[in-house]
Amino acid sequence: MTDASGSLLTVENLQGWYGESHVLHGMNLHVREGEVVTLLGRNGAGKTTTILALMGILAKRTGSIRFAGTETIGLAARQIARLGMAIVPEERGIFASLSVEENLMLPPTIKPGGIGVEQIFELFPNLRERLTSQGTKLSGGEQQMLAIARVLRTGSRMILMDEPTEGLAPVIVQQIGRTISRLKEQGFTIVLVEQNFRFAASVADRHYVVEQGRVIDEIANAELERNMDKLHGYLGV
Amino acid sequence: MAPPPAEKVRTMFELLGIPPQALFGQLLLGLINGSFYALLSLGLAVIFGLLNIINFAHGAQYMMGAFVAWMLLNYIGIGYWWALILSPLIVGATGVIIERLMISRLYKLDHLYGLLLTFGLALIIQGLFRDQYGISGLPYQIPSQLAGGQNLGFMFLPNYRGWVVVASLVICLSTWYVIERTRLGAYLRAATENPTLVGAFGVNVPRMITLTYGFGVALAALAGVLAAPIYSVNPNMGADLIIVVFAVVVIGGMGSIMGAIITGFGLGLVEGLTRVFYPEASSVVIFVIMAIVLLVKPAGLFGREA
Ligand SMILES: Nc1ncnc2c1ncn2[C@@H]1O[C@H](COP(=O)(O)OP(=O)(O)OP(=O)(O)O)[C@@H](O)[C@H]1O
Ligand SMILES: [Mg+2]
Repeated sequence: MTDASGSLLTVENLQGWYGESHVLHGMNLHVREGEVVTLLGRNGAGKTTTILALMGILAKRTGSIRFAGTETIGLAARQIARLGMAIVPEERGIFASLSVEENLMLPPTIKPGGIGVEQIFELFPNLRERLTSQGTKLSGGEQQMLAIARVLRTGSRMILMDEPTEGLAPVIVQQIGRTISRLKEQGFTIVLVEQNFRFAASVADRHYVVEQGRVIDEIANAELERNMDKLHGYLGV
Repeated sequence: MAPPPAEKVRTMFELLGIPPQALFGQLLLGLINGSFYALLSLGLAVIFGLLNIINFAHGAQYMMGAFVAWMLLNYIGIGYWWALILSPLIVGATGVIIERLMISRLYKLDHLYGLLLTFGLALIIQGLFRDQYGISGLPYQIPSQLAGGQNLGFMFLPNYRGWVVVASLVICLSTWYVIERTRLGAYLRAATENPTLVGAFGVNVPRMITLTYGFGVALAALAGVLAAPIYSVNPNMGADLIIVVFAVVVIGGMGSIMGAIITGFGLGLVEGLTRVFYPEASSVVIFVIMAIVLLVKPAGLFGREA
């Protein structure tokens, strides 16, 4: 379900707080169905906080977030999840007291049309062999695959991924890149937080640059090469 | 030629100077106490795991379980076997109401507030029952099917006591199985670790918390029904027991389900053995062990280090 502008997700003047600390200062962005959009920005820019606000985990937030035709600014995280939004959190959020299989099967099915377990094992063959291991005994890369795999089952069509490549070896980063491209082919809509903009450029349609809790620029992926200098400036690399 | 085995055993007991009847009698008593320690510390562990609250009302809720069984029988003629199901349901329902109306308001505050609230509730509940029924204790008959006992040769086993031990074991192990081995249990374990993320997957965590508290309370009430025919039904029966159960929980370590079960039965046995070999220490042995464990392994024997 998209709104008049054709967007699955439209964020207007999003403000967010951790207790008294005001972190998001009026974010504006939109994501069309089937798009892969990244949030780029320096450490502490507010990327994770934006993801938490979209998912409804950041309790104190104002402004407007319209997702799949519903205003979600006042909804609880579990209600937003039920609309078909899923999170692959920073630090992966694998449960130590659950086996790999239990971690994989934990998120309840939200809608029909999720990716079946067999197809998940095709995407991530490592997981099949480790099903009975304790979740946190997996390598960092395997944990990241598990964090992605478990939300693919649910039938959610929008996935928020917070730095899925952080700290991973190049081959694993490539595997995650291929997975994201496969998901895009299958029509998933993805918001991706990335530090590594080479990786971002290989998978995304558009990029938002975030600084101090605001979107300060928007760059189409095709324009990225031409804007490299500017981007280096934004990211301080 | 070696003496026959029975002869050997008797010689061993003679060496120790303990008649076997006394030893096995005390071991059985230890197992019975251990059954109640295990059931109660299991409920406390389940509640603490998800709610992060030390449920000081647990002893009062155990007492309520026994009283509700007594009331069912004396006011409307419902006997032991139905009480075994109905009393935990009724007392568990009061737990659900208490969680919804009161405890749920405290989750954002320090753990201490939950402890104070449930402690206050325990005093109120006990006071109300004392006011109504006095402190002399009310009798509750052993169900006729379990009257009598078995002569095992080396000791006499009252049927009801055997039943309590077996029933407690079955309840404890079933609870362990559900929590550690089923999908429902996986939700519970995950929510214990990271309730926010479980909620963000679309699970109704507040409802899970309410039902978990209700379940823990129902376990206490079930222990109360089991206890009713053994100890007299008395407003203070929980207050006396719960102090020891807290020591059991400290020794076992808070977070572990199997730890609560093993420690509960184990310490019951240790207490029984102490009563045989050094009776003077039997009422303090658990607290001595608690002190030692706190010094050597503060997280408890089965606890995960924080
Ligand atoms: N739990 C919190 N309580 C208070 N302030 C926080 C909390 N989490 C983050 N912040 C602050 O909010 C701001 C934005 O943080 P956020 O985690 O969104 O940054 P980020 O863009 O994801 O950074 P990184 O690239 O390092 O992950 C930072 O200034 C941070 O210090
Ligand atoms: Mg971040």
